[in-house]
Amino acid sequence: MTCTTETLVAAVRGLAGVVAEHRTELIDLDRAIGDADHGENLNRGFTAVLSALDSSTPDSPSAMLKLVATTLISKVGGASGPLLGTAFLRAATATAGQSELDGAAVAAALKAALDGVVARGKAEVGDKTMVDVLAPAVQAATEAAGESVAAVLAAAASAAEQGAESTIPLVARKGRASYLGERSAGHLDPGARSTALLLRSLANSAGAR
Amino acid sequence: MTVGLVIVSHSAKLAEGVAELAQQMAPEVLIAPAGGTADGELGTDYDRVCAALDRVDRGGGVVLLYDLGSAQMIAELAVEGHSGAGEAFVVEAPLVEGAVAAAVAAQSGADIDGVSRAASSAAEAPVDFVVDDKPTAYRAEMVLHNEVGLHARPAALLARAMGGLRAEVAVRHGEQQADARSVLALMGLAARDGDTIEVVASGPDAREAIARVQALVERGFEE
Repeated sequence: MTCTTETLVAAVRGLAGVVAEHRTELIDLDRAIGDADHGENLNRGFTAVLSALDSSTPDSPSAMLKLVATTLISKVGGASGPLLGTAFLRAATATAGQSELDGAAVAAALKAALDGVVARGKAEVGDKTMVDVLAPAVQAATEAAGESVAAVLAAAASAAEQGAESTIPLVARKGRASYLGERSAGHLDPGARSTALLLRSLANSAGAR
Repeated sequence: MTVGLVIVSHSAKLAEGVAELAQQMAPEVLIAPAGGTADGELGTDYDRVCAALDRVDRGGGVVLLYDLGSAQMIAELAVEGHSGAGEAFVVEAPLVEGAVAAAVAAQSGADIDGVSRAASSAAEAPVDFVVDDKPTAYRAEMVLHNEVGLHARPAALLARAMGGLRAEVAVRHGEQQADARSVLALMGLAARDGDTIEVVASGPDAREAIARVQALVERGFEE
């Protein structure tokens, strides 16, 4: 089973739903070690993505990913906007020219997204950021790249959830939480949590077909 | 074609203030503030930065300076998405000093590499520039007789006067020595009204360089 423009549009609508559903949870996580706006910012961004989809119809998976990227960059703000925007932008570039994505293409797009986030935010694994989620997700996706899109995303989502949990004991070394130093330990990183939620949502959309 | 500048800040007031200060020292350079969000809050706004970038891009390139954290990421994204006439660079520099140094370099006709270098070197120690002190270098002593000495605006005038000259020019004051092209280094000399400065120049346009400094000093930097 491959991923077409239509299935990707449906999956992106699913992302918006998940973000709205977890808005309060993300706000609460961010209140503990940040400035309590992560859920609100992400929800504003994905609500804007839904509006953008009402007025324009992407003609390829790459165009869909680029629309998400530019909307999130403009609407989310903070560090999450440029970081998530970069992730979607690099995924759009990696999938340019393909009308359907197979498992290998999805794994390659995830790898491009991770590389973009690392280049933009200069975070490494262990810094208590979304990189702690994306890095293991990409590794799992790459190992499953020969399989279906659903299998690749399922592997990525499971690794992502473990990656998010792994941020709990960490001391933040990047972003706003790093201002707290040792006091950031013992909390789930909100950016790690939202990234894992997004990957699980993509996996659920792919698996439901 | 003059290099343009964009000042990216979380605060609209901060961006406007930095642009105002740099503009005073470089009146002909296009400097666009891009601060705050569209709804007047603190934050950096991608669309504002892109619009500012387009506004100051006249083909000579654009240098972007930023204040904190996500402002750098937004500036980098704007540059990656930019398809204007000239190149665009995000430089790592102290915002105020970097903007002033970049503006003066742009006003003096430096290209985008020169303007970027001026901004990023603004964090370095401003004095102790070493000019080739060979016997053939031209030198002249002069006494400052303007009220503020080599303060911001006069220093900017002096640095700009060196634009286009093929010469290494140093200004000495007491034990300290500054690159005549660096407005920050000149200000760091703290030369005041009544102080004696020495100008040392070498290169094909050395004599012209000294004559230009002399003319500015004699006119009291047009105060």
